[in-house]
Amino acid sequence: MGLLDSLALGFDTAFTPVNLLFCLIGVALGTAVGVLPGIGPTATMALLLPITFGFEPSTSLIMLAGIYYGAQYGGSTTAILINLPGESSAAVTAIDGHEMAKQGRAGKALATAALGSFFAGSVATLFVALLATPLSRLALNFGPAELASLILLGLIASITLASGSTLKALAMIVLGLLLGTVGQDIATGTPRFTFGQRELYDGLDFVSLAVGLFGVAEILRNLEGSMVRSVVVKKVQDLWLRKEDYRRIRMPVLRGTALGSALGVLPGAGHVLASFMSYSTEKRAAKNPQEFGRGAIEGVAGPESANNAAAQTSFIPLLTLGLPANAVMALLVGALIIQGIVPGPDVINEEPEVFWGLIVSFWIGNLFLLLLNLPLIGLWVKMLTIPYRWLFPAIIGFAAIGTFSINLNAFDVYAIAFFALLGYGLIKLGCEPAPLLLGFVLGPLLEENVRRALTISQGDATTFVTRPLSLTLLVLAVVAFFVAVLPAVRRKREVVFVEDDDGPHPPQPAQAGTRDGASRP
Amino acid sequence: MRLQDARKDLLAGAVFTGLGLAFAITSTTYEIGTPLRMGPGFFPLVLGGVLVVLGVSIAVTGVLAREGGDLGTVPWRALVLLIAAILFFGATVRDLGLVPALFVTVLLAALAGRGVRVVPAVVIATSLTALSVLIFVVALQLRLPLIGPWLGG
Repeated sequence: MGLLDSLALGFDTAFTPVNLLFCLIGVALGTAVGVLPGIGPTATMALLLPITFGFEPSTSLIMLAGIYYGAQYGGSTTAILINLPGESSAAVTAIDGHEMAKQGRAGKALATAALGSFFAGSVATLFVALLATPLSRLALNFGPAELASLILLGLIASITLASGSTLKALAMIVLGLLLGTVGQDIATGTPRFTFGQRELYDGLDFVSLAVGLFGVAEILRNLEGSMVRSVVVKKVQDLWLRKEDYRRIRMPVLRGTALGSALGVLPGAGHVLASFMSYSTEKRAAKNPQEFGRGAIEGVAGPESANNAAAQTSFIPLLTLGLPANAVMALLVGALIIQGIVPGPDVINEEPEVFWGLIVSFWIGNLFLLLLNLPLIGLWVKMLTIPYRWLFPAIIGFAAIGTFSINLNAFDVYAIAFFALLGYGLIKLGCEPAPLLLGFVLGPLLEENVRRALTISQGDATTFVTRPLSLTLLVLAVVAFFVAVLPAVRRKREVVFVEDDDGPHPPQPAQAGTRDGASRP
Repeated sequence: MRLQDARKDLLAGAVFTGLGLAFAITSTTYEIGTPLRMGPGFFPLVLGGVLVVLGVSIAVTGVLAREGGDLGTVPWRALVLLIAAILFFGATVRDLGLVPALFVTVLLAALAGRGVRVVPAVVIATSLTALSVLIFVVALQLRLPLIGPWLGG
């Protein structure tokens, strides 16, 4: 099937009324949670997983994906208007975007962000479509040894971009892998770590884990402080850009799109890294670097394009290899599994309408976002006045009812409480929950492939290093590991995150990347 | 060297070591097998061992670096109320029915907020229960009794 036929199939799927509706709902919800500090796309998607259970696979994925990239748009709105990035990748947008707003150029900043994001999202989507088929064809040649090495690489690489202690991130991955072993052993069917509980024979419930870890634990974190925010927003006017503005944002948007498309594929917080790198690139490329930090339109155009491009291309590892690059993608794996689809390179052949429908929906969703964001900006700003004390009881209620509704099983609800306590405790000890989720999702896959590889090689563990492709992947994993632990590199990474020559510091993303929306005033 | 400076890392190390040991020791009750024919215990045993090593390393590096001691505040009241709210829902949704179980759950959760008084909490609980019935029962056709057997439903 050629690319055009594939895209035509995708258009057929994405343009059904139901899918259009849920694409719109997804991106609108995403914008909302991007705007609202205290709720992130990860938690929102975790909470909506149970609801999507009854949907067609394509509908469910289209909506969930929409929440993710929609949040990138919403995050920039609050970053510009009230200097409060609702999403970590928007932190850098706040620097010049909010400065522009203070000078009465909020409309221009918002329009730049929306147009840049739309362009970047569209280009990156094309990139995803072009790369998907060849990459998944390559992956289909992988044997168990290569797959095991690839999973290991994915896990290790995801910590190199996470903030905080590398050791703790590694420990979280291993803990996730261990939690993934709960249930029946794949080869023999022996129950493991079930303590005789029938409910645990199928393993720990993915939805309970995600909801507890990302929904409830996040609420507890937010309740530590007093979520008071004062919203004073001047009227937004003059959304139209002039010829001069277009000339100034053209190159930053192009460069941001390229940077974001490339870095988005990286596991971990690719979109955060992309927006920060784009900012420093634009500052270096600018004729008047001293304008940066004082309302330079390039400082909005570049990073906003970069993070939206990265949001699209971060789907590549998931769609072609079945490997989630971050917590959001791990949630999509969960959504696929709930639907009975095994994520991996086969999806593109076996479920082409789901696959291409999702890709085409990216483009439709980006168009919706442009329409939703420019005219309706006032509505989103009003949402900021909803007090948090109204929001979190709603989240708890929906979490309980939604999780219960999947299996009509009280055990899954108790599991939320367990994972909320575990997650919150670990967060308090400085451990990010995202690596745990990745480990949990990939654990059974890793075990299966390691065991199969060793069976094929007659128990000879050197099979992982004698097969050239597997060896290459392992070498990459080792390199990634050393990149993560080397102090010199760590310092350099921090420099990327805190860009300080003369301009004001960007607000630090609370947890770079995966724990989105954690920023508190 | 003051150990309390590294309290956070020591505690994290202890948690990981403990969990690793628990998994590793339980794994030994399953068949371990050989690398050629791995038993169900093989993979978790290895991982449990790795987690123990990581836990010890976190504690040691924490003590050497002596940083990250402060745990910050824990919102105990909110913690207890939220966990109670979730457990209550699981325990009663079948017998009390969706409406009363959800109402109490949301009410408990609402009371977890700072300085929230009873009347606004009841208002939140009532409106959210109504909204949830609309979404889950009317729109998504979840088959759950609104009022359960305990209340004669």
